[in-house]
Amino acid sequence: MDKEQIDKIVAKYHGEPSALIQILLDIQSENRWLPGEALQMVAEALDVPLTRIQHIATFYKAFSLVPKGRHEIHICMGTACHVRGASRVLDTVEGHTGIKPGETDLDMKFSLETVNCLGCCALGPVIEIDGKPHGRMAPAKALEVLKNYE
Amino acid sequence: MPRINSPGELEAVRREIESQADRAKPCVLICAGSGCIASGAAEVIAAFRAEIENQGLAVDIGTKGTGCHGFCERGPVVVLYPEEICYLQVKPEDVPEIVSKTLKGKEIVERLVYADRATGEKASRESEIPFYKNQQRHVIGSNVRIDPKSIEDYMALGGYTALSKALCDMTAVEVLGEIKKSNLRGRGGGGFPTGRKWEESRNAPGDIKYVIVNADEGDPGAYMDRSVLEGNPHSVLEGLIIGGWAVGACQGFVYVRQEYPLAVENLMIAIEQATEYGFLGQNILGSGFDFKVTVHRGAGAFVCGESSALMTAIEGKAGEPRPKYIHTAIKGVWDRPSVLNNVETWANVPLIIARGADWFTQFGTEKSKGTKIFSLVGKINNTGLVEVPMGTTLRDIIFKVGGGIPGGRKFKAVQTGGPSGGCIPESMLDLEVGFDELSKVGSMMGSGGMIIMDEDTCMVDVARYFLDFLADESCGKCVPCREGIRQMLKILTNITQGKGKEGDIERLEELAEVAGYAALCALGRTAPNPFLSTLKYFREEYEAHIRDKKCPALSCKELIAYYIDPNKCRACMTCSKQCPSNAIDGGKNRIHVIEQDKCTKCGTCFEVCPSRFGAVTKISGAPVPPPIPEEARIITRESKQK
Ligand SMILES: Cc1cc2nc3c(=O)[nH]c(=O)nc-3n(C[C@H](O)[C@H](O)[C@H](O)COP(=O)(O)O)c2cc1C
Ligand code: SF4
Ligand code: FES
Repeated sequence: MDKEQIDKIVAKYHGEPSALIQILLDIQSENRWLPGEALQMVAEALDVPLTRIQHIATFYKAFSLVPKGRHEIHICMGTACHVRGASRVLDTVEGHTGIKPGETDLDMKFSLETVNCLGCCALGPVIEIDGKPHGRMAPAKALEVLKNYE
Repeated sequence: MPRINSPGELEAVRREIESQADRAKPCVLICAGSGCIASGAAEVIAAFRAEIENQGLAVDIGTKGTGCHGFCERGPVVVLYPEEICYLQVKPEDVPEIVSKTLKGKEIVERLVYADRATGEKASRESEIPFYKNQQRHVIGSNVRIDPKSIEDYMALGGYTALSKALCDMTAVEVLGEIKKSNLRGRGGGGFPTGRKWEESRNAPGDIKYVIVNADEGDPGAYMDRSVLEGNPHSVLEGLIIGGWAVGACQGFVYVRQEYPLAVENLMIAIEQATEYGFLGQNILGSGFDFKVTVHRGAGAFVCGESSALMTAIEGKAGEPRPKYIHTAIKGVWDRPSVLNNVETWANVPLIIARGADWFTQFGTEKSKGTKIFSLVGKINNTGLVEVPMGTTLRDIIFKVGGGIPGGRKFKAVQTGGPSGGCIPESMLDLEVGFDELSKVGSMMGSGGMIIMDEDTCMVDVARYFLDFLADESCGKCVPCREGIRQMLKILTNITQGKGKEGDIERLEELAEVAGYAALCALGRTAPNPFLSTLKYFREEYEAHIRDKKCPALSCKELIAYYIDPNKCRACMTCSKQCPSNAIDGGKNRIHVIEQDKCTKCGTCFEVCPSRFGAVTKISGAPVPPPIPEEARIITRESKQK
C-alpha cells in the first residue's frame, strides 16, 4: 500500500486518533494484511506511538501482520457447528493443508482461520472459502470442496 | 426525500407512503438473511426478478429481499403477498413455476409448502406453520415485511411514530418513566433493568452523555442480534434516539462487529436515510432535540462485548475491562455518562413507547417481561430464530417450536447463555425461561443462544470447548482469569484425552471458585459456569472419562475407535473409497477392516456406511476386537450363486 492510499483512509476519519481501529480495519480490508510500513505511516499521520498501534494490531483478531494466501478458509467453530462435528472437519483440513489456524501455507495457496457463528447454523458444520459458505460439511466432503481451489 | 419537521408532517408522509404502496399489489418477499443467503437466496431473488420481467409482470408484481424470517432450517424462504403463501427451500428452478402457477394462476405449488415431517400435514401460510404459530414475534416479526434498505417500508409499518410520540407528546422524564414501568430488562447479558440504568445516567453530572448499542454479539453460537440489525436497522436506531432523549444524550454509538458487513452496510444506509428525513441531526421533528449516531466497527475480541471494554474500544484503544466501582452509566466513554444496551433491548424501546408499558407487561413472567429472541441451533429439527414470551417452557421451545431432535436421537441438554452460561438437563425441561429462572439452575439468559445437544454430545467436551474459546479470548489483564482458565482448559483437555487423574475434578472446582470470586470482569467470573453446570448435572460423564477412560457419548476422539463389524459389512466399498486417510483395507467382496494405526478418527466411514448395513460402530472404554483373518474376509454372494 502506498502513502496516498493510507492518507485517503486517514482523511476519511479526519485524522482523528480515536478512529485508529477503524483506519486499521479499512487498511486490513483493502490490503488483506497490515504491512509494517503501513503501520509506520498511520503512526505518523495520526501522531500516535507505533507501539500503541502494534498493541491494537495484535489485540484484535481481525488484523493480520503477515500476508494471506490466495484463498482464505474460515472454518466455523461456533457452538452449533461444534456439536455437529466441526472439529473433525478442522482436523482433516489441517491434516490436508498442513497448516493450523492463523497460518498460511508455503505456496501461499490457503490461509486457515477458525471463526464463530456465520449465521447459518442450519447448514452446520459450515466452512467459508473466500466468503462463500459451504454447508453440511463432513471431513471427506470438505476435502472435495478444497480441490476446487487452485 | 422531504425533511420532516413535525409530528403532523410525519403522519402526512406516512399516509402518502401507505397509499403509494398499494396494499393489494402482489409482492414476492424473499428472505435474504444470512442463513437463506447461504442456502442460495441471492440466486432465487435474481431468478424472480428475471422471470417476472420475462413474463411481463414487472409493473404489477414487486420483489423484495428482506431480513431473516427465522425459519433458517427450510430456507430459502419465500412469501407471496397479499395471500401470505409461504414456500420453503425454494430453488431458482422452482421460480418459473411459482410465477406462472401462483402469481398468475393463484394456484398453490404443493411441493413447496410446509409439510410436517412426522404427520405430513401441510400448511401454506407462515402463520399456520407450527414453527411460527407457537411464537410471538414482536421484535423480529417485522423483518418479514421490510426491505432493510428502505426507510419507507419501516415507516409504512408505523416506524418513527414512537419517536414522534416520545419527543413531541412526552417529556424525557415521562419516557424514562414508561421504560421503568415496563420493567424492560437488558437482553444482552445479566438482565439489568434498563430504566434504572437510564436513570442513573440521566441523573449523573455532566452535559455530554452517550447512548450505545452493543452489537458485538460475542456468543459463538448465536445470530439474533445480527438478524435484527441486518433485517430491521431502523427499529434499533429509533430506540437509540428515544433513549438519547430520555437520558439527555446527544450522541449515540453503535458498536458492531466487523464480521457482520451486511449489518454495517444496512445500518449506514439507515442512518443516512434517517438523517435525510430529519429523524437524526438538529432539531428532530421540530422538538429542539439534536442527536447524531456514529458507527464503530469492532475488530474482533469477545471481551469487547463487556461494557467497560467496549467503551475503551470506542475510544480507539485495546478493549480491556476496568474495575467498575463506578458504573459506566456514570463514567463511560471518555469518562462521561454512557448507557450501553443490547440490540434487542433497543429494538424493544419503540414498541414500548408506541404501545405503552401496560401492553408490554402483559407478556412474560412477573420478573421477566416481554418476549425474547433465541437462536435455536445445534441438534434440533427447526434451526432458526424464535421469539417467544418470557415464561415459555424450554420444552415448548425445543419441541413445539423447534420440532424436537433430528434422527430419532434423544435430547440430552440445552446450553444457554453462551460461554458464561450452562447446560440444562432433560429433567429441567419444564423450566420457564426468564432471567432469574435460568440463573437459578446454574445457567443464564445471556443474549439468547440456545444450543440443543443430543446423546451424541459429550458434556465434558462441551465444557472444554467453552474454556478453549475463553482461554483464547481472555484479555490477560488479571491472573485468576488468564491463568485459571488456562489451567482449567489443560485439565479438561487431559480428561477428554483419557489422561484424567483422580483429584482432577476437585482441582477444577478449586480453580473455578477462585476465578468466580477474583476475576476482574464477568468474562473470568462466569468462565467456570460451563464446567460447573455440566459437572452438576453430568458428573458421571466426568467420572467415566477419568476412571474408565471412556467417553459415554462416543465423541472424544482420543477415547474412541472406529470398528467395522465383520458380520454386518457387505463390502460395498463406500467407506473405503471416501476415507481421507486410506485407512480401510477392503476391496470387492472383501469384508472391510480399519487399520487402526492409520485411522485419524475423522468419522467419515461411520457417516457414509449405508444405514441398511450400519456396519461401522464406535467403541470406547473397551479394546477393539482383532481384525478377522484374511481368509475369512471373502464374501460369497448368495444371490449370485443361485
Ligand atoms: C465478556 C463479555 C461479553 C459480552 N458480550 C456481549 C455481547 O456481545 N452483546 C451484548 O449485548 N452484551 C454483551 N455482554 C454484556 C454487556 O456487558 C452489557 O451487560 C450489555 O450489553 C448491557 O446491555 P443490556 O442491559 O441491554 O443487556 C458481554 C459481557 C461480558 C462480560
Ligand atoms: S474414521 Fe476416518 S480415518 Fe478412520 S477409517 Fe473411518 S474414515 Fe478412515
Ligand atoms: S455455529 Fe457455525 S454457522 Fe452458526
